[in-house]
Amino acid sequence: MSRISAAFADGPAFVPYLAAGDPDYESSLSYVEALERGGADVIELGLPFSEPIAEGSTIQGAIVRALEAGMTPTRYFEFVEDLDVDVPLVCMTYYNLIYQFGEGGGPEDFVRRAAAAGIDGFVVPDLPAEEAEPLREACDEHGCELVFIVAPTTKGERLERIMSQVSGYVYVQARLGTTGARTDLSGRAEESLERVAEWDVPKAVGFGISTGDHAQRVIEAGADGVIVGSALVDIVAQGVERGDPAVTVASRLEGKARELKEGALRGAAANERPHPERT
Amino acid sequence: MADGTFDGYGGRHVPDMLEEPLKHLGQAYDEVADSESFQADLRDLLETFAGRPTPLHYARNLSERYGADIYLKREDLLHGGAHKINNTLGQALLAKRAGKDRLIAETGAGQHGTATAMAGALLDLDTEIYMGEKDVERQRMNVFRMRLMGATVNEVSRGGAGLADAVDAALEDMAENIEDTHYLVGSVVGPDPFPRMVRDFQSVIGEEAREQMLDRTGSLPDAAVACVGGGSNAIGLFHPLRDDDVAFYGAEGGGKGEGSGQHAAPLAEGEDEVIHGMKTRVIDDDTEVHSVSAGLDYPGVGPEHAMFRAVGRAEYTAVTDDEALAAFRELSETEGIIPALETSHGVARAIELAETGEHDSILVNLSGRGDKDMQTAAEHFDL
Repeated sequence: MSRISAAFADGPAFVPYLAAGDPDYESSLSYVEALERGGADVIELGLPFSEPIAEGSTIQGAIVRALEAGMTPTRYFEFVEDLDVDVPLVCMTYYNLIYQFGEGGGPEDFVRRAAAAGIDGFVVPDLPAEEAEPLREACDEHGCELVFIVAPTTKGERLERIMSQVSGYVYVQARLGTTGARTDLSGRAEESLERVAEWDVPKAVGFGISTGDHAQRVIEAGADGVIVGSALVDIVAQGVERGDPAVTVASRLEGKARELKEGALRGAAANERPHPERT
Repeated sequence: MADGTFDGYGGRHVPDMLEEPLKHLGQAYDEVADSESFQADLRDLLETFAGRPTPLHYARNLSERYGADIYLKREDLLHGGAHKINNTLGQALLAKRAGKDRLIAETGAGQHGTATAMAGALLDLDTEIYMGEKDVERQRMNVFRMRLMGATVNEVSRGGAGLADAVDAALEDMAENIEDTHYLVGSVVGPDPFPRMVRDFQSVIGEEAREQMLDRTGSLPDAAVACVGGGSNAIGLFHPLRDDDVAFYGAEGGGKGEGSGQHAAPLAEGEDEVIHGMKTRVIDDDTEVHSVSAGLDYPGVGPEHAMFRAVGRAEYTAVTDDEALAAFRELSETEGIIPALETSHGVARAIELAETGEHDSILVNLSGRGDKDMQTAAEHFDL
């Protein structure tokens, strides 16, 4: 069993996201480590790309801050090596960086280097499943998982193609639009979960989740995990704005992580209670 | 090319939620491409609203000076002053048929934004334009034109505050509002179906020019020349001539010249990358995207051009800011036609080709007029 599969094996998984190097290398290390203390089971660690597609303003802000602080693919791998965490790490980035790395023209160099640094898997929003084969092969060769995002609009042949390529977990996008924390959650998570119900990988729901109650509801709806990005990046951004010391921001992140993880655990507990008989 | 790629370039490199809507758009486009009523509606608008067909002008003075016959396809005479309207009318009609009530677009020089605002006003569609702050500053007049026609202009301040950043902002808007909004991409760039759809709408340029050349001279030109930013006016000229014995020359924004690290010439001096939903040629990371003309100030290029380059069908070279400005002045003085600064890159390349004597007849796509560039010209030439 891979490290990622193991992370989903007992109980609901809490999967937080932060951009590596936001707002600077050292602070960012402590922020990611704070997520583990707060209960993260898997961490999605963003490698910033200058031309993201369909990221909301929160994640974009993180990307800009990290790039301005000097984050690059090479620096990212050092960052991963410097991280003191035991949970599996998923590298979230855009295909261009993977394709361009090393000799270029293919994903092999990037995946080899990432795996050596301690990356367990990848999620690449702009990688079409139709063109995933080279990355899939590189992942297989280096023992990494390849996570795919399934949108509310994904269906038919595309859905089947993703099913045949995906490993680790499937990222179920809860609603349409760009990334970003929301106060409400659309009912589309349930529909989306239904469409992947038969898949033999864990289902993690993301997009717009920002509170413990959201996390609970998502797990109650049948998800195996919750993915949270913007709500955490908001805390980093706020820290930058107010000039708070890194240790304060880290402790806020840990607190938010704990709230989200506990929400997920409440959802799992609710699922275990026998349903009241309907008459 | 049914899969939306051009020998491996292009494709749809987009997050999954955009995949399905883009596929639908591609299917909707395939339907109208074959629909006689759609094509008749579009033809009518192109003739009565945009001013087609545009003339083919024999540039007598320039030809005499350089010893080759130079013909200008006068897209600068279209409504709005550039070839952009060919595409915006096509896509706006398509959006209308698909039941969308809102258009969004990115713009660099403001020409595409203006042409989108025109189509939006004509077809009664809400229109919002994304434009980099830097471009808003240097193309004020077009901002006023867009607003006057009822479009909202959103200034984009992130990143380099240029065309690439405006594209990012428009892609986000599209992701948020996919159900009622059509993203009217302004060039042969982005994910499928945009590169082939925009090409088809712009192909009217080459189709007309082909016939006009045959009518006028009894033969096709030896060479066809166009400037290349995203590459829509060039593809519009090249595509209908691709199976003919006509050499293609694309003139990219060479910026401050070779070795300056400041240009917009991904075909002449770039590498293969994935950007804005497509695999194509992109300037490398050490280069700052720069051109004196806002319309060429883009780090990537249409994937079909990347293919033409790879297979050797077209030759792409970088024309510097200074060379373009010189051609801008020369065409104004010799022919009484003030070309856009973008277009001037193509004119410069044509003059260079005429000088070498390699080709007897050269067809240049005069893609836009230079009124919008008066401020830059006044400063540069101390007018």
